[in-house]
Amino acid sequence: MFLEAFFMKAKIIITPKKAVLDPQGKTVQNALEHMGYGGIGAVRVGKYLEVELTGNDKSSLHQQIDDACHKILSNPVIEDYRFEIE
Amino acid sequence: MKFAVLQFPGSNCDQDVVHVLRNVLGQQAQLLWHKESSVGNTDAVVIPGGFSYGDYLRTGAIARFSPVMKAVQNFAAEGGLVLGICNGFQILCEAGLLPGALIRNRSLQFRCEHVFLKTATKDSPFTCEIPQEKLLRLPIAHGEGCYFADEETLAKLKQGDQILWQYVDAQGGMTELANPNGSLNSIAGICNEARNVAGLMPHPERASEVILGCEDGRLIFESLFRAFDRQDHRQPEIAGSKPLPVEVAA
Repeated sequence: MFLEAFFMKAKIIITPKKAVLDPQGKTVQNALEHMGYGGIGAVRVGKYLEVELTGNDKSSLHQQIDDACHKILSNPVIEDYRFEIE
Repeated sequence: MKFAVLQFPGSNCDQDVVHVLRNVLGQQAQLLWHKESSVGNTDAVVIPGGFSYGDYLRTGAIARFSPVMKAVQNFAAEGGLVLGICNGFQILCEAGLLPGALIRNRSLQFRCEHVFLKTATKDSPFTCEIPQEKLLRLPIAHGEGCYFADEETLAKLKQGDQILWQYVDAQGGMTELANPNGSLNSIAGICNEARNVAGLMPHPERASEVILGCEDGRLIFESLFRAFDRQDHRQPEIAGSKPLPVEVAA
């Protein structure tokens, strides 16, 4: 049976772990407060990646992206990641 | 002693390390391109500073997957001496050869200046020739040198005497002001549990000649020569046994 390949996109968000100091986030927070925005709390600055994918097995792609996030796209010592494939 | 100095796209201290090892300290040193799959017949590997792969993604994150790093992993597992300087330290942490990670300086500034270092232990192939009370004056040049590790890892580092160098002021005081990047416990350099792999943010190769204003960096390289001469770090280990302790020079 011929399985059609689909084009998909992984949308990956990487953020610094809670315990890790994020001076960039702190600076952005200060700036927002200085600009007069109300109700501003802690800011964390992370990364957003989009990875284009081709395949017909979403679960194996999911597994691959999870592996890549763990091995190279994030550093588990200092960062958390989450992603979705659509 | 034979040194292999790794070269990644974006390394920029590789030639300085080779110059110091060859021309100043009279050792053999050769550059090793990151695509090599073997470190060859070398006694030690130096991973120099720079901006490997433009620091894309994270510092050291991409270099760590270069073919040569597989060979360095094997070399280190066999007890081979590996020293990472600046970006080299970042690569070793990314590769898991050293614990923890180096993140953005707390000040968010790139710091390029001389710092003072206290050597926390002489018990390593990288520090055995550094006199007990001597403060090293070495240059730093980095934007991501803030050492971070979780509490458990940090406790293990302390317990295992793996912290090699810490930032101090000119009087040897460990103050917040003397810590250029916000590193936990003012950590400037550490070694692994087996004590044959070390990394530090300051640049000993930029401070090994009088003409450059300071020679303190030589003490780190000379420690390596001394440790290698004793060869006690290369003795084969019996599986499950502890690595042999490095004797402290009298």
